[in-house]
Amino acid sequence: MRTVHQPSPIALERAAYRRRQTVRSVLIAAASTGVLGTLLVVAVTGAPGWQRVRQSFLDAGVARAALPEVAAGLWLNLRLLVFCALGALAVGLVVATLRTLRGPVFFPVRALATGYTYTFRGLPLIIVLYVFTLGVPGLRLRGTPPVLVLGAIALILVYGGYIAEVFRAGIESVHPSQLAAARSLGLTYRQTMRFVVLPQAVRRVAPPLLNDIVALQKDVGLVSLAGPIDAVRAAQIATAETFNYTPYIVAGVLFVLLAIPLVAVTDWVTLRAARRQAAR
Amino acid sequence: MVRVGPVPMLSAMMSRSTSAALATVAVLVASLAGCAPVEQPAPPPARNDACVKDKLKTKTPGKLTVATDEPAYEPWFSENLPANGKGFESAVAYEVAKQLGFARIDVQWIRVRFENAIAPGPKEFDFDINQFSITEERQKVVDFSAPYYLVRQAVIARKDSPIAGKTRLADLKGAKLGAQVGTTSYQAITDIIQPTTKPLVYNTNDDAKKALQNGQLDGLVVDLPTAFYITSSEIKDAVVVGQLPQVGLPEAFGLVLDKDSPLTGCVSMAVNALRDNGTLAELEKTWLAEVAGATELT
Repeated sequence: MRTVHQPSPIALERAAYRRRQTVRSVLIAAASTGVLGTLLVVAVTGAPGWQRVRQSFLDAGVARAALPEVAAGLWLNLRLLVFCALGALAVGLVVATLRTLRGPVFFPVRALATGYTYTFRGLPLIIVLYVFTLGVPGLRLRGTPPVLVLGAIALILVYGGYIAEVFRAGIESVHPSQLAAARSLGLTYRQTMRFVVLPQAVRRVAPPLLNDIVALQKDVGLVSLAGPIDAVRAAQIATAETFNYTPYIVAGVLFVLLAIPLVAVTDWVTLRAARRQAAR
Repeated sequence: MVRVGPVPMLSAMMSRSTSAALATVAVLVASLAGCAPVEQPAPPPARNDACVKDKLKTKTPGKLTVATDEPAYEPWFSENLPANGKGFESAVAYEVAKQLGFARIDVQWIRVRFENAIAPGPKEFDFDINQFSITEERQKVVDFSAPYYLVRQAVIARKDSPIAGKTRLADLKGAKLGAQVGTTSYQAITDIIQPTTKPLVYNTNDDAKKALQNGQLDGLVVDLPTAFYITSSEIKDAVVVGQLPQVGLPEAFGLVLDKDSPLTGCVSMAVNALRDNGTLAELEKTWLAEVAGATELT
């Protein structure tokens, strides 16, 4: 004989109460969102200068005219982003590993790595870009790479500095008992780093790493100071031609669209890691 | 060669100029066109009866006092001797004098610093000729004549550049060209030269000059006065390849007169007459294209 689960009257009432509370929350959230939204729309569109702002920032015709050039510029941003992100992650990981080396014999390596992170995190990106894109070609050496490559190197050096520190924070967040356990199992220092420390460290710092990559996505465009036309520069040119700022809005929207998949992927990776750790 | 200080600065300012300043120029250009039919009967030019030597209230009666800066630069003047009639602006000054009925000998040159000439206050000259761009701000404190020169865009290149010495626009199509963002110079590249490689765009002319010097650019487009300045004093191994056909709303040079000077109308009329009878174009060709080497790219 099977017994059918019969919730007690108290349980039923509790469930009903929770349902009511949920409906109530949704309604309140919808109402408050509606009120705030209406207030914003009224405040912005009712402003005395709204017509002028709409003409100079939200002109559909200008947006359509500017889109092809801005999108072509964004393609440059995208290629640079992929190249620089990979480069900066690699540089960052290597420098962070070097900075965490123990032992007096590694002092010069540690000192160099530390000096690097201090220098390039301190230097304004734009100055590094000037030195690499307009300074280095001035040497007129044979085989000087094109300006885009030089700009990418500058970006990698600066962002490598930030990312190295993020990785180092991750590495140092792994509890010393983990290292001790790994070494007592007979793993070498290198194996300990490879199989025990870095996997945990990288997972922990994934969100701040993504922050840096999204920031990099916007900064790669600064290479335009050496001549190449990126999305923001293309928008600037279109703005100068029409005296209408809509192209900037077009570029802004494209940048956000570009960032969304990146942010979504990282959120998903972080969530998955958290679930796995919780289920352990 | 242009004035060391103001002109490159001005051209930078003008090339990024506000629509207001451009509008001023537009109005001037338009008014020029409007005047044209009145002045039509060319040689001898129709002259307002009040605009003759004896009736003009010049600083020294019977003489025309013309000012420029010390030193006066090539190719606007020659050998820092404004009175020799050589160089574009010296030649223009003598032609204006002739229109007003002054003989060469009646023209007296004095030296007035660029900044002082456009500062408020009484002036010692009847008019000053010194590459003054006509702007709304300046018009509040001095009078300008009708424009005697509309600034052209020019290509400069290093002597070892593949485009140095070229004379045809078509020869520039394959070149890697650069200009400052948002300027008439950039417009000249995309509208007139239409190169096959994408032009490079810089925040400032300084960045662009550096790239030219480094050999990252085959050629740089700037306005002609700036081109003369860069090639003569900033990048000595660069040359002016040539000047481009007119594009956009150009910056205009005018003669400066004292605010509400009784001569402004007559001087403007003289300048307009010189434009209408082709003298200005002729002088431009002689002193800027041939002597100064800014070939017309066609």
